[in-house]
Amino acid sequence: MKEKPALDLSKIRARLESAQGPLYWKSLEELAETAEFQAFVEDEFAERSTDWQSPANRRNFLKLMAASLAFAGVSACTKQPAEMIVPYVRQPEDFIPGLPLYYATAMQMGGVGTGLLVTSHMGRPTKIDGNPDHPGSLGASDYFHQASILTMYDPDRAQSVTGNGRISSWIAFQAALTAVREKAALKKGDGLRILTETVTSPTLIAQIKGVLKELPGAKWHQYESCGRHNAYRGAMLAFGKPVNTLYHLDQADVIVSLDADFLSCGPGNLLYARQYADKRRVQTNVTHTPQPKEDKQEGYQAGPDAPRANQSASYAEEARGPVNFPPQVQAQGKTAGETTLNRMYVVEPAPSPTGGMADHRFVVGGGEIETWASELAAALGVGGAAGAGKFKEAAAIARDLQAHQGACVVIAGDRQSPRVHALAHAMNQALGNAGKTVSYTDSIEGNPVDQQDSLRELVADLKAGKVDALLVLGGNPVYGVPADLDFAAAYKKAAIRAYLGIYYDETAAISTWHVPEAHYLESWGDVRGFDGTVSFVQPLIAPLYGGRNAYEVIATLAGESGKTAHDLIRENWQSASTPDQFEIFWKKALHDGVVPKTALPGINVTAKVPPAAEARQTAGLEILFRPDPTIWDGSFSNNGWLQELPKPQSKMTWDNAVWISPSTAQQRGLNTEDMVELKYQGRSVTAPVWVMPGHANDSVTVHLGFGRTRAGHVGNGVGFNANLLRTSTDPSGGYGADIQKAGGHHTFGTTQHTQTMEGRDLVRVATLEEYKKQPQYVDEKEEQKPIPQYMTLYPDFRYEGYKWGMTIDLNACNGCSACMVACQAENNIPVVGKVEVARGRHMHWIRVDRYFKGNWDNPELYYQPVPCMQCENAPCELVCPVAATVHSGDGLNQMVYNRCVGTRYCSNNCPYKVRRFNFLLYSDWYTESLKGVRNPNVTVRSRGVMEKCTYCIQRINAAKIDSEKQNRRIADGEITPACAQVCPAQAIVFGDINDPKSRVAQMKAQARNYSLLEDLNTRPRTTYLGRLRNPNPEIERG
Amino acid sequence: MAQIFHRSTNTISKVSLVTAVLGAGALLAFAYSMDRGSYITDVKVVKEQPVPFSHKHHVTDDGIDCRYCHTSVEKSAVAGLPATEICMGCHSQIWSNAAILEPVRASFRSGESLQWTRVHDLPDFVYFNHSIHLNKGIGCASCHGRVDLMPLMYKENTLYMNWCLECHRNPEKFVRPRDQVFNMAYEAPANQEELGKKLVQEYHIQSLTDCYTCHR
Repeated sequence: MKEKPALDLSKIRARLESAQGPLYWKSLEELAETAEFQAFVEDEFAERSTDWQSPANRRNFLKLMAASLAFAGVSACTKQPAEMIVPYVRQPEDFIPGLPLYYATAMQMGGVGTGLLVTSHMGRPTKIDGNPDHPGSLGASDYFHQASILTMYDPDRAQSVTGNGRISSWIAFQAALTAVREKAALKKGDGLRILTETVTSPTLIAQIKGVLKELPGAKWHQYESCGRHNAYRGAMLAFGKPVNTLYHLDQADVIVSLDADFLSCGPGNLLYARQYADKRRVQTNVTHTPQPKEDKQEGYQAGPDAPRANQSASYAEEARGPVNFPPQVQAQGKTAGETTLNRMYVVEPAPSPTGGMADHRFVVGGGEIETWASELAAALGVGGAAGAGKFKEAAAIARDLQAHQGACVVIAGDRQSPRVHALAHAMNQALGNAGKTVSYTDSIEGNPVDQQDSLRELVADLKAGKVDALLVLGGNPVYGVPADLDFAAAYKKAAIRAYLGIYYDETAAISTWHVPEAHYLESWGDVRGFDGTVSFVQPLIAPLYGGRNAYEVIATLAGESGKTAHDLIRENWQSASTPDQFEIFWKKALHDGVVPKTALPGINVTAKVPPAAEARQTAGLEILFRPDPTIWDGSFSNNGWLQELPKPQSKMTWDNAVWISPSTAQQRGLNTEDMVELKYQGRSVTAPVWVMPGHANDSVTVHLGFGRTRAGHVGNGVGFNANLLRTSTDPSGGYGADIQKAGGHHTFGTTQHTQTMEGRDLVRVATLEEYKKQPQYVDEKEEQKPIPQYMTLYPDFRYEGYKWGMTIDLNACNGCSACMVACQAENNIPVVGKVEVARGRHMHWIRVDRYFKGNWDNPELYYQPVPCMQCENAPCELVCPVAATVHSGDGLNQMVYNRCVGTRYCSNNCPYKVRRFNFLLYSDWYTESLKGVRNPNVTVRSRGVMEKCTYCIQRINAAKIDSEKQNRRIADGEITPACAQVCPAQAIVFGDINDPKSRVAQMKAQARNYSLLEDLNTRPRTTYLGRLRNPNPEIERG
Repeated sequence: MAQIFHRSTNTISKVSLVTAVLGAGALLAFAYSMDRGSYITDVKVVKEQPVPFSHKHHVTDDGIDCRYCHTSVEKSAVAGLPATEICMGCHSQIWSNAAILEPVRASFRSGESLQWTRVHDLPDFVYFNHSIHLNKGIGCASCHGRVDLMPLMYKENTLYMNWCLECHRNPEKFVRPRDQVFNMAYEAPANQEELGKKLVQEYHIQSLTDCYTCHR
């Protein structure tokens, strides 16, 4: 690939400053309007020439054509190989081949469990979704949950127990561990240490505590690379004890986030995203664009018992008659004038989904936020002296908060200092929010400790030679522990180092024993949710590679080596019900996915105001360490779906980078894709730069989780390892970093320039005040007004049966990108790799566009998911020479893979750029274990085939067949496409537009409803609801 | 100037012209017969199976209903092949020592499945659903032929797309009352056209020719 020339940042700045009116932009490259950028955008199928090196001439052309003709003919003669049918020997009860079964289970991240419902086809799990009955999910899930299924089928997982680097067995390991226990018992446990990640499993806690009771000299350490250390310390500072904080955003009208990305990560994020979006849903009874009345309407009846018209005959040529409009739909609910919205202030150093949703986003360096919080607290009368008055907005925000006492909330982010957490607690108390928008419970952890201290103590003991045997249960500490502790060297001092982990990773490589860990979809377990609710983890499949779990390892250590996790969990929960009722309790808890009455009760605590901050050195460049948005602390490094998922803010794939603000970059003469040497506290790494609009000045953000050496084929050598700069004193960052141009160039694979719609008016935004004055703000401009129906020569299609449609509410969508992975999992979408992404060949059927508006220091951020629009007048259908994309009777643009010959005319003609082409054989047809993850109801596409969003046709057809068998109409809400199902904010609504009572018809009737590129008269079925902002007039005026 | 070509070349050129035309025709005819012939379509070709199972014996002689073995045919996309357990339900009592049934007993003893060769094999991009066809009044025999008369299983129809479309375009020609779906000997009555139209209305049968009906 060619190197792109450097950007002229000053030219971009000049352009931004001279812009008339609002200017939406996707990237700095776009603003720079370089010739290379134009060429990249215009050449949709870039770099074809590299695929075919030989010079094109007549002779070659004829040869190729002759060969294609001959081979096409020959391939048609292939006799399909015989296939086998393998029935059961004893078929399980309730099992119907061909129909999926659903099981409730739970996945934990950072110790917090989220209830899930997993789809199983013929005994293999294929799709993960949220459990609607679980309080932390409500049916939604995030991309970690979605993609975790790929980790389970990962062929790179460790497949055998190893002892001293040689293949061994579980039995041998058990013998070794028993020997460790016997030896330790002689010293009452001295020299035996257990290191785990955050543990909330009641059974595992009881087990470990049992071991510690028997061997009092042994110690249990906990460490999580991207854990919530500061939240723990903050609670200790404010309350004197570890407290779990819960927010009730459904009660909150004003939200202040102190670098808290509560909408996209952290405990309870799915619930919070739902509650936040609920407070921003708007409905009016203004009917959008009055449509001509037609006599066909009165015959229309909806609802399950309504007669169903013949569905596809109606669009046949002879049946095309007068235009048939659906009945006039009136949106129900509040008028524009009555609309209320919550208001959110976010202060953060680097853009996040939560920051993007803010009504006011303040860009403040990571360490400065403490000062900002102190000033806000002082303005609220919390904590002594007022700040230096550095942040003038604090007073206005304080007034807004005070006007909403008991209906506002201040949330501190996990990477903020303990004092910021304590201040947030104190502010919530002063504002009377406790018990209303904020509540407290005891910690959900069984043994809450300061994990940084816990780790430091362990390392000190290791170095002092006090540890004979260390049992590491997950977490890959050799990779994830900050560099200053030099964990690898300390670890080697323990004579026996046993490690339980899914992969043979960095830690496994220097352990004396490695036991492959069973994935959560393969093992029994229990875990607490964000509010303490316990879910049982139940396996969907027997361990693929004979994995074991922590329960079984600890049981071995406790001398109960015969027991399985299943036995242990059941034993531990015996007391939860009477013995004769236990089976009922157990079955019900497994079925529901939650154990009743296990949410922790609320407690009353009083927050102390933390003492004034000690003066900190704040000179020099600040460095911030953050978990990567998609691969987190490195636990998902080998997951292709997450590596290829564009990061919600930078739209970068397969890389991490040094994020730096445009102004600072300009000052230091740096540019995107430059290599730099980043130095911090005497250590340095070489890394590429990414200029990130909306990032704090004099500050850089680096993401963890990359630079793995033993992740597997997917994750090895991707990005750089930021842990090599981290220190254990403040693992979230600090001052005094240095950045120097190192020379060299790095090419990123980003998706933000591809499929661009070239500056047209795609995101439509108004403030609440503007909306109240003009509810139809989305079609204010001439080119935004829908084209009248008569402006076409062709007769319209008639839809007498169903008419599928979708709306995406930009007011709810926070750009989290979970829909992209859900779609990938549901529709067997392949992973293409960084090189192909850089050529613009990524395959996601739904993309989430991120737009900036305004200046580059603090632009407003907007998100827009774009699936196939399923146009009424679809440009793609007209140009296909082989009729591989045609209109269906219910109005979908069908894509027929078996007809497609790969001309790509359809994609060229698509104004929305939502079609994806298999340039190469992207789907892995050969790796045995990856075949298991595929959805059996969707074709696995081959090379040379176009593909695109189908509105999850497999789900539509399943519902259709079901309803037809019961002789009824499909009810509203019966079909949920994967993107809508996963969405925590419920921004995506799908249904039958012909049914005036359906939710989607209601949404489309709103004044905010608009479609993309109306002036092309494509009449998309997917429409958007415009975004509303609710700024504080006091601050907006400045 | 002397003649370049000998006189005989006239004949040769004429013959070769005719041969070319005929040869092309023959080639096309050969290709067509290959395409429609049983070498490619497998129509009426008996496949080797672990046990030479006779539908004729079980259906006609013993009177066993299709659904006794194909349990999921009314509920799911696939009809389902019987678990070994179902075979052994009878064959632990009758013919319990027959040598021919040894693979069945071996499967039951070892817990390893029998592996049957698929006779009706659709391409992977085709999604056929048994249950909805039965529900709409399409009989087993309409697609599978007189299975009750087949000592060894074979495919009666090509299962080509044009064959499917014959019915998808004109369901009234093939539909039968729901209670006759499993009747292998059902013959279309003389008034099929009239009855068909009535049933299409009654069962709400749609002429589904959208690509997405079967391809996705």
